[in-house]
Amino acid sequence: MSEAPPVLEVRGISKRFPGVLANDSVDLTLRKSQVLGLLGENGAGKSTLMNMIYGLYKPDEGEILVNGAPVQIAGPKDAIELGIGMVHQHFQLVDVLTVTENVMLGNETVSGPFLRRDRARREIEQLSREYGLDVDPDAQISDLPVGIQQRVEIIKALYRHADILILDEPTAVLTPQETRGLFKIMRTLLDKGVSIIFISHKLKEVLEICDDVVVLRRGKVAGHADPSASTEQSLASLMVGRDVILEVDKAQASPGDKILNVVNLHVHDDRGLPAVEGLSFALQRGEILGIAGVQGNGQTELVEALTGMRAVEDGRVFIQDTDMTNASPRRVTERGVGHVPEDRQRDGLVASFTVMHNLVLSTYYQSAFSRAIVVDERAIADNARELVEAYDVRPPIINNIAGGLSGGNQQKVIVAREFSRDVDLLIASQPTRGLDVGSIEFIHRQIVRMRDSGAGILLVSSELDEVLSLADRVAVMFEGEIIDILAIDEADRDTVGLRMAGVRGDSQAVVDA
Amino acid sequence: MSAIGKQKGGRRLAFKLTRKRIIAVVLLILGAFIFFESSTLDSELVTTLTFESSSTGEAPAVADIPVPTSSYLLVVGLLFIVTGALNFYEFEISRWRRLSLALMALCGALFIPTVIIAAAAGNDTNLTTIIAESLRLATPLAIGAFAGIWCERAGVVNIAIEGMMLFAACFGFTTLFFLRGAALPLETAQLLALIIGLLAGGLIALLHGWLSITFRTDQIVSGTVINILAVGVTSFVRREYLLSTEAGAAKLGNFAIPILSDLPVIGEAIFTNQPIFFMMFVMLAFTHIVMFYTRWGLRTRAVGEHPHAADTLGINVNRTRWINVFISGMIAGLAGAWFSLEATGSFNDGMTRGAGFIALAAMIFGKWTPIGAFGAALLFGFSDSLGIRLQMVGVGFPVQFLQMVPYAVTLVVLAGFIGRASPPKAVGQPYVKE
Repeated sequence: MSEAPPVLEVRGISKRFPGVLANDSVDLTLRKSQVLGLLGENGAGKSTLMNMIYGLYKPDEGEILVNGAPVQIAGPKDAIELGIGMVHQHFQLVDVLTVTENVMLGNETVSGPFLRRDRARREIEQLSREYGLDVDPDAQISDLPVGIQQRVEIIKALYRHADILILDEPTAVLTPQETRGLFKIMRTLLDKGVSIIFISHKLKEVLEICDDVVVLRRGKVAGHADPSASTEQSLASLMVGRDVILEVDKAQASPGDKILNVVNLHVHDDRGLPAVEGLSFALQRGEILGIAGVQGNGQTELVEALTGMRAVEDGRVFIQDTDMTNASPRRVTERGVGHVPEDRQRDGLVASFTVMHNLVLSTYYQSAFSRAIVVDERAIADNARELVEAYDVRPPIINNIAGGLSGGNQQKVIVAREFSRDVDLLIASQPTRGLDVGSIEFIHRQIVRMRDSGAGILLVSSELDEVLSLADRVAVMFEGEIIDILAIDEADRDTVGLRMAGVRGDSQAVVDA
Repeated sequence: MSAIGKQKGGRRLAFKLTRKRIIAVVLLILGAFIFFESSTLDSELVTTLTFESSSTGEAPAVADIPVPTSSYLLVVGLLFIVTGALNFYEFEISRWRRLSLALMALCGALFIPTVIIAAAAGNDTNLTTIIAESLRLATPLAIGAFAGIWCERAGVVNIAIEGMMLFAACFGFTTLFFLRGAALPLETAQLLALIIGLLAGGLIALLHGWLSITFRTDQIVSGTVINILAVGVTSFVRREYLLSTEAGAAKLGNFAIPILSDLPVIGEAIFTNQPIFFMMFVMLAFTHIVMFYTRWGLRTRAVGEHPHAADTLGINVNRTRWINVFISGMIAGLAGAWFSLEATGSFNDGMTRGAGFIALAAMIFGKWTPIGAFGAALLFGFSDSLGIRLQMVGVGFPVQFLQMVPYAVTLVVLAGFIGRASPPKAVGQPYVKE
């Protein structure tokens, strides 16, 4: 590791929230033109630390030095003036405004009171060229895919002449291709003298791009790691504080009766266009069927149709031999189906409810939690305390508003709710998106446990590694169809990757209907 | 996909009750009604559209247009029916789709002239007067809607426009009434009264800001409180200070815009008018330009849509909101002053008669844009003026029906052509810094 001059130093910073010590005398040093990886579990205090550097929170103790001089950062404005830019985990973009308007907001180019969009646009075009950040300055944000929105966020920082860039879990929402694009951009930025703090859960990525790694655990620095001398295993252990098994340990599947049978299913997307086109498959008890595929090939619509959230246009869905085509979500739930939805904020939680109430969203009306028309708050609280403990939701306060939890902990709440019911069929869509290794390990073990206890599991994931390590059979979706179903021992990365790109095999498996 | 289609989750090719089909049904009903109406009229009847100035009765510069009422209505009725039928059937071929949509737009454009012609049925009807009256009656609605835009674009709901108007109408007039005794020229007194009116609106807006921004009271509750307060305070002021004397004062005087007022017909009907009337156009341009072409407007919209994003860029969310709420109050004050200072020269209890709420409706119909809101206000103004006119002319069927029709059509047209209006995303949510 070269000894470039430090551009940002954090010394002994602490931050207390009611009931939680989020950061406990944290030190870190970012050197010029380097990438500092910041690793930690969900709720380890990474975002809190970054928000202090960006002036959104005020530290209780400690100091921050920029280019060797101690600074006071009272608000984002100060941070921007010091050349610090931040790309937040949830993008801070105004949907209805254009790229240019979003970039200039707060630092508008004006003549008199009037905006000079033309000048800002020229500047954006120049930045685009210089850093390879291809984006249309006149596009409206809501029309752009997340990968491009992220570029807009980076341009926003560069437009304000940031030379210290904080990327808070930038790859959590990206496809593998988009991630490669981001890394290319990051390398260009480093060449131009920008220094980057990179927050991620994905150990592979951290090893690939970072020059130095700091690991946070429960608000404290748990250690440093030199990426050239570390492995995923060693980083994971440092992060969780114990040995983590990255490989999923599972026995051979022993499939039983048919639990889910889908026949010639047709589903439309939001625009009314066909998204699932004549799809058939069957799932048995005691097996995990993984659905692989590049996002946007009908997986979302398939899952929504199975769980009663989207109309089936044609075809049939049978769950345990009962025709459940176009059944309501409650009927589906009561038939013993658990559902971990893809978009947890929209379909998984009521963000303004407490953790405790979110944990009974599908069962609150049943006799365990209600007497006649009155809900039994005590039973709900007891249930919540048990699940928060068992599923390690942090902070473990059942009266917290679910929307205030970090993404990973929100996911744990959903998983706790769905896995704790008596479920015969589990439909899990992107169950570990945005989660840290410890949580992923935990959720994967739970999925295998449910399989072994006789439930059928439909796992939809855009993470190929996840599908390959968990599934017993792999179905690949492409343009609304299942183009191949492979047994796990014949499903290697290359074959599945080809199928995901739409290349059909010569020995096309007969679809089991 | 329509919500109905989704709920029923029918098979493919199932009949779907789309938005277009609903409009088609409305068109069919209207067409049938117009058709029926035409058959009841004497075929000799001729409605004449005239353009003369109402006051002077000078020779018109534009020729009168005679319209044979019965046959006109027959043709329009058939057009509506054909258009309705075409739109009800969902064409697969795009050329037919385009034709049916174009016909639908034509029906929309013909609607208001048709109402005028049908209502006049055989009399002369003066278009210039109707247009000038519509604009005049639209004034408080349009200005009120602009007030709403200023506030809501920054993320603060303002249902207190009605109350702010009432306060401004009352205090503006009270000022004028008491200044009458002082040795001031009338214009000066009126100007001072107007300023006090604006400030009264602004002051009440500050109360709204204090409750809803500082104390994060629910903004609807805060607005309601102000509306109720306005009714009480203004009627108290009237009873205590205005009733005892003969309360009346000169209205704001007419003002002629140079050059434009020399134009034939509209020169007198529109460009010679009272000051708040002209202010409506000034506020339209001002609001539009500020909202979409200035730094302040960009920040305002950002704060109303995604305050946290604005905050991360160093924009002071609550300060932006405070200033917008205050400006909104002053603009609402201008709308209120119209009632007492410009329209009547007096103050009566509850004289704003719900105009603040109609202004809000205009703002929503106009999708929170100044130009859209102005258009909606004009439509409401037209409806008002039509009602007044019909009462004077005395037509054969209930006036209330014709008065109602423009509103009903607005609803259908907006639901059909423009779609759901989406408010600024953060409207109604107090901003809490973490």
